[in-house]
Amino acid sequence: MIVALTGLISDGAYRPQLGLNSPFDRYGAIDLLIRLPASSPPWLYAVTQGLHITVGLVAIPLLLAKLWSVIPRLFAWPPVKGVGHVIERASLLLLVGGSLFEFATGLLNIQVFYPWHFNFVREHYYGAWVFIAALTTHVVVKLPTVVRAYRDQGFLRPLRDDLARTRPEPVAPGGLTPVAPAAPTLTRRGLIGLVGGASATLLLVNLGESVGGPLRRLALLAPRGRVFGTGPNDFQVNKTALAAGVIAPATHPKWRLTVRGPRTVRVDRAALLRLPQHSYELPIACVEGWSTTQRWSGVRLADLAKLVGARGDAPMHAASFQRGGAFRQATFTAAQVRDPRSLLALGVNGADLSLDHGYPARIIVPAAPGVHCTKWIGSLTFLSV
Amino acid sequence: MAHPPGRARLGYFATSLLHLLAHAGALAVAAYAIVQIVRGGTVVNFIAWFAGAAVVHDLVLLPFYSLLDRLARAPRRVRPARRVALINHVRVPALISGLLLLLYFPLILGLSDRNYFAATGHHLEGYARNWIEITAVLFAGSALLYAIRSRRAKR
Repeated sequence: MIVALTGLISDGAYRPQLGLNSPFDRYGAIDLLIRLPASSPPWLYAVTQGLHITVGLVAIPLLLAKLWSVIPRLFAWPPVKGVGHVIERASLLLLVGGSLFEFATGLLNIQVFYPWHFNFVREHYYGAWVFIAALTTHVVVKLPTVVRAYRDQGFLRPLRDDLARTRPEPVAPGGLTPVAPAAPTLTRRGLIGLVGGASATLLLVNLGESVGGPLRRLALLAPRGRVFGTGPNDFQVNKTALAAGVIAPATHPKWRLTVRGPRTVRVDRAALLRLPQHSYELPIACVEGWSTTQRWSGVRLADLAKLVGARGDAPMHAASFQRGGAFRQATFTAAQVRDPRSLLALGVNGADLSLDHGYPARIIVPAAPGVHCTKWIGSLTFLSV
Repeated sequence: MAHPPGRARLGYFATSLLHLLAHAGALAVAAYAIVQIVRGGTVVNFIAWFAGAAVVHDLVLLPFYSLLDRLARAPRRVRPARRVALINHVRVPALISGLLLLLYFPLILGLSDRNYFAATGHHLEGYARNWIEITAVLFAGSALLYAIRSRRAKR
């Protein structure tokens, strides 16, 4: 539930209703837009997306154990016992396929490994609808069975048995118990301990990339757990200047920022640095679940709006001079633009931005998905409403 | 199930109606999502992954680790039964280590190095070593636990 909800919040945080923000075409009838409140605490997206990845990851042992426990049903004979049974098995295929698909694609995405041809975002999103629908049905249909099992067996009683007293449950028609199970080698509490141990291990080796601090040292397998040095720019990057092909234009002495509104203004970096500078501690939080909080400094987006005579209720479009890439531009709501902490950042931790972090200028907006904090800015356009 | 026959039939009818509605709802939402995916134009690859994930898990992964487990237990040594069973002290670290490999194989085997370098400016180094070290710690911890339990059982 947490994973589904934070996934939908993340979708909403991209504000896909604006401009080209949605990474794929839509919307149909049931696409749900969760809109984050106009002024969210800056850490909100770091928390929801950290939860999405972390909870999803530690749920994997539970999913595998659940599938292991019900596998005898897959080979039940006869495979089809009437129309109702066919529908039930079809919905179980959606459940098993949907859960494995969502967990597998999400897991590979955070490791930037893409052994498929489809658009990950679209398929992970619609796959999630299949999964949510199948899981909800399953819970609704099986709830009476769950309640009955707890009533008959007691909530914790099966966990008290040691190995000598561990017995299979009685075989019931339509039940989950195998007909002729092997002698037990593990108690029920042992199995729960194993699953819990696996989840705890996953938590330990991954959590540091989201939480930071001393936990970062333990993030031994987290894709983005590491810190590479102690300099002001030595924190995680998403897409290097080299990969984006922006080194030449970013370092060109003729670089100018174009700000469009009722007036159009072109300014160089020195002129931007002469405008009032502000500094805020803000996280960059990636959809992949990692985040990093740094002290950013630069010009308020609201001040730039005033510079070109834009009204206070103007949304803003930011465009990079990067040639390709899905996230070379983003559109922000008027509330995001008005937030005093929303910056066109020129520096970080007291130093100039490095090329990898978006020199000569980048966007930093609180609680926006990391990829919307567009780097290597070429133009800002305040849109008339 | 000692309901009076009338109530039982009513209960059955009510549950199946609920079941029917729930399934119809789920299938409708799923059908909608699949239509959206078809409109995206990569439906064959999607279905291959969707159904493939279930098939690979049910017919490859699960039989594979069940077989491994069987093999580990097969040679019943003709030795007086140990007072503390060894099997779970092998299973637990092996399963957790195997799970880490299953979940993090692109990093551990360096399969996504190109994308990773483009994203971070660093190569995929150290993940294999970290995984081996975690595995070693898990087995060492389990061995220690086994030693302590065996000693306790002897007393």
